[in-house]
Amino acid sequence: MSQLPLRAQLASALGRTAATLSRATGRGDGSVIGGRVGLMLEPDLLRKLAADRKLVLVSATNGKTTTTRLITSALQELGDVATNAFGANMPAGHVSALASSKGAPYGVLEVDEKYLPEVLDTTEAGIVCLMNLSRDQMDRAAEIWLLAQKWRRALAGRPAHVIANCDDPLVTWGASTAARVTWVAAGQRWREDSWCCPECGGPLDRAGFGNGGQNLTAAQLADTSWACRECTFHRPEPNWVLDGEDVIDPRGQRWRLDLQLPGQANRANAAVALAVAETLGLDPGRALPRLRTVTSVAGRYTTVEREGRSLRLLLAKNPAGWLEAFDVADPALPIILSVNAQGPDGRDTSWLWDVDYRILRGRPVLVTGERRLDLALRLAVAEVPFQLCESFEQAVAVLAPGKIDVIANYTAFQQIRAEFGRAV
Amino acid sequence: MPSELSIVWIYPDLLSTYGDQGNVLVLEQRARARGIPTRTIHVRSSDPVPQQGDVYLIGGGEDRPQILGAERLRRDGGLHAAIQRGAALLAVCAGYQIMGTVFGGEEGQPVSGVGLLDISSGRGERRAVGELAAEVDPALGLPTLTGFENHMGVTRLGPGVRPLSRTVVGTGNGDGTEGCYAGRIIGTYLHGPALARNPALADLLLSWVTGPLPAIDDGWYQALRDERLRAVLPA
Repeated sequence: MSQLPLRAQLASALGRTAATLSRATGRGDGSVIGGRVGLMLEPDLLRKLAADRKLVLVSATNGKTTTTRLITSALQELGDVATNAFGANMPAGHVSALASSKGAPYGVLEVDEKYLPEVLDTTEAGIVCLMNLSRDQMDRAAEIWLLAQKWRRALAGRPAHVIANCDDPLVTWGASTAARVTWVAAGQRWREDSWCCPECGGPLDRAGFGNGGQNLTAAQLADTSWACRECTFHRPEPNWVLDGEDVIDPRGQRWRLDLQLPGQANRANAAVALAVAETLGLDPGRALPRLRTVTSVAGRYTTVEREGRSLRLLLAKNPAGWLEAFDVADPALPIILSVNAQGPDGRDTSWLWDVDYRILRGRPVLVTGERRLDLALRLAVAEVPFQLCESFEQAVAVLAPGKIDVIANYTAFQQIRAEFGRAV
Repeated sequence: MPSELSIVWIYPDLLSTYGDQGNVLVLEQRARARGIPTRTIHVRSSDPVPQQGDVYLIGGGEDRPQILGAERLRRDGGLHAAIQRGAALLAVCAGYQIMGTVFGGEEGQPVSGVGLLDISSGRGERRAVGELAAEVDPALGLPTLTGFENHMGVTRLGPGVRPLSRTVVGTGNGDGTEGCYAGRIIGTYLHGPALARNPALADLLLSWVTGPLPAIDDGWYQALRDERLRAVLPA
C-alpha cells in the first residue's frame, strides 16, 4: 500500500480528514463524504486503493451487510481487513473503507447490486459473492432480470472467482458467465420472482410452489432443485450445501453452524461466507468460530431495553426480507411493525401486498410509521387484528413489560435506532 | 348472480412485479364482506386461461415477460372467449398495454398486443414514477382515482375506448388522460394494488358480474385514500 502515487495519497488523506470532520460535527459517520472528497481529487482513487489486495465484493438484494460482516470476521483470522461496515455500498463508500485501512491485505466490500459491474471493473476484485435477487424498491431500483443480465456482462471474460447461491435461479443465471464459480446451495425462501427461466422465459419446475414459501413443507423447502421445462438451464451441482443447521463442505464434511445471529437467512449468509473464506485459504474449522462471534450487524437483531421492555430489532426492506424476519420473530411475542416510504425505502408501498401477513394472526400486532395507514389496510384485508399507533413510543407504551419483536423497513428502522442513540 | 365468484389471475409468474396480488386480495375481501364466496385461480403462463371465470386480472412486469405474456395470451385465446362471454377484466400497467393492438418492446420496437382494447402504446422519453391522482369519467360515477405509477409507456386511445379518467397529478396515458375502459374491461397505469386505493373501482368490476352491491365498511380504505389524496392534491 505504500506504493500509492502522491496524488492518490493526498486524495485519500484529504478524504479521511473530511470523514473525521463529518463525524466530529455530528453530520454522519463519514463513510460517504470522505470517499466523495477523495474521488473528486483523484477519480482513479478506488482502482489505486484496491490494487495489491485480496478483494471480495458482496452483492445481493438481501443480506449484503450481514454477509460482508461475516466474511470480514472470518478473514480477520488471516490478517487486517478493510470493509465498509456501515453499509455505504457505492464507490464513495468503498474509497472510504479502503482508505481508512490502507495497510490491510484483505478487503471485503458490500456493493449495491446496480454498481457491481462498475465496481468490479474498477477494482478488478478477485472474488465476487452473489446471494439472491428479488423485487425491491421498484420506483428507483432496476428491474431484476435486467440487473442479472448486467452481472452476466460484467463477469464474462474476467478472471474473478464467483461464489454464488445456485438455489436462486436468477443469481445462477447472472453468475454463470464467470470463468470460475463455486456454487453454494444456500436455499431460497422467497420464490415469487423465479417461476420463469431467466434464459428462455419457459416455466421453471421447482420442488415447492406458491406463496413465498410460506405454505411449503419442510421437505419441499429442503429440496431446492429447479430446472427449466423448455431449455437445458437447470440448477448446477452445488459444491457447498446448507442443510438445516449444518453446512456440508466440498469434501462432504458436515459443520454445525451454531451462530448467534438468528434465522435461516443468516445460516444461508454464513454458508456463503464459509465458501468465500475457503477460497482465500481459510478452512471452516478456523472460519466458523469467527462467524459465531457476530451478534448484531448495524443494529440488526440487537435487543434494546426501555422501561422493562426488551425490544428485538429486525430490519425488513422488501417482501423477501419480511419472510426472513417472520422466520426469526417469536410467534409467542407481541410485535410492532413500522413502515415508512422515504427515498431510501422506495416511495411506493405496493410491496406490502406481496407480503403474507396472516402468519401474525394470534399475536398482538401494533402498527406505526409514516405509512401506517397503508399497512393498516393491508392487515385489515388479510384479517389480521392490529392496533394503530401514532408513534413508536406509543406502541411501546401500549404493551406490557416483557419481550417484544420489532420489524421495520429502512428509514423506520433508522428512526428507531436513533431513539436509542444508535448505541446498538 | 353466480353462487360462487371466480377470480382469475393471469400469469402471476410473468406479470406480478410489485404488489399485483393486492388486486386479487381486495376483490376477494370485498366479495366476502357481502357474503359472496370466491374462488381464485392463479393461471401460470404455461397453462391455458380458463374461459368460465367472472373477473380477470392481469398485472405489471418487465419488458421481456410482457412480450412473452402477450404472445402466450394471443396463442391461448381463453381470455378472448371469457370477455365475449361477458367476464370483467382489470389490466394493469404492462398488462394494460398488452390489451391493445401494439406496444413497445425492449428496444422500443412495436410488438403485437392481444387486441382486446382499441389502444396502441409506445415508449416515452422519460419514466413516469410517482403518485397519480385523476378524476374519473363522470359516466362511471366513481370518486377520484389515486395510486402510484411507474412506467415508460405512452398510450394512444382509439375511438373504441373511453378514457377512464383525466389526470390531476401524474402522467397516465401521457395526453392528460389515465387508463381507459370499454365494455367490461378497465385498463390503468396505476400499478400494483390499484384496487386497494380505489375500492369503488373494485366494486364496479364486481358489480358487472354480480349486479348491484350493498355498501360495506370502508373505514381503512377511506382513511388511506384521504391521506394519500391530501398528500398529493394541490391545496
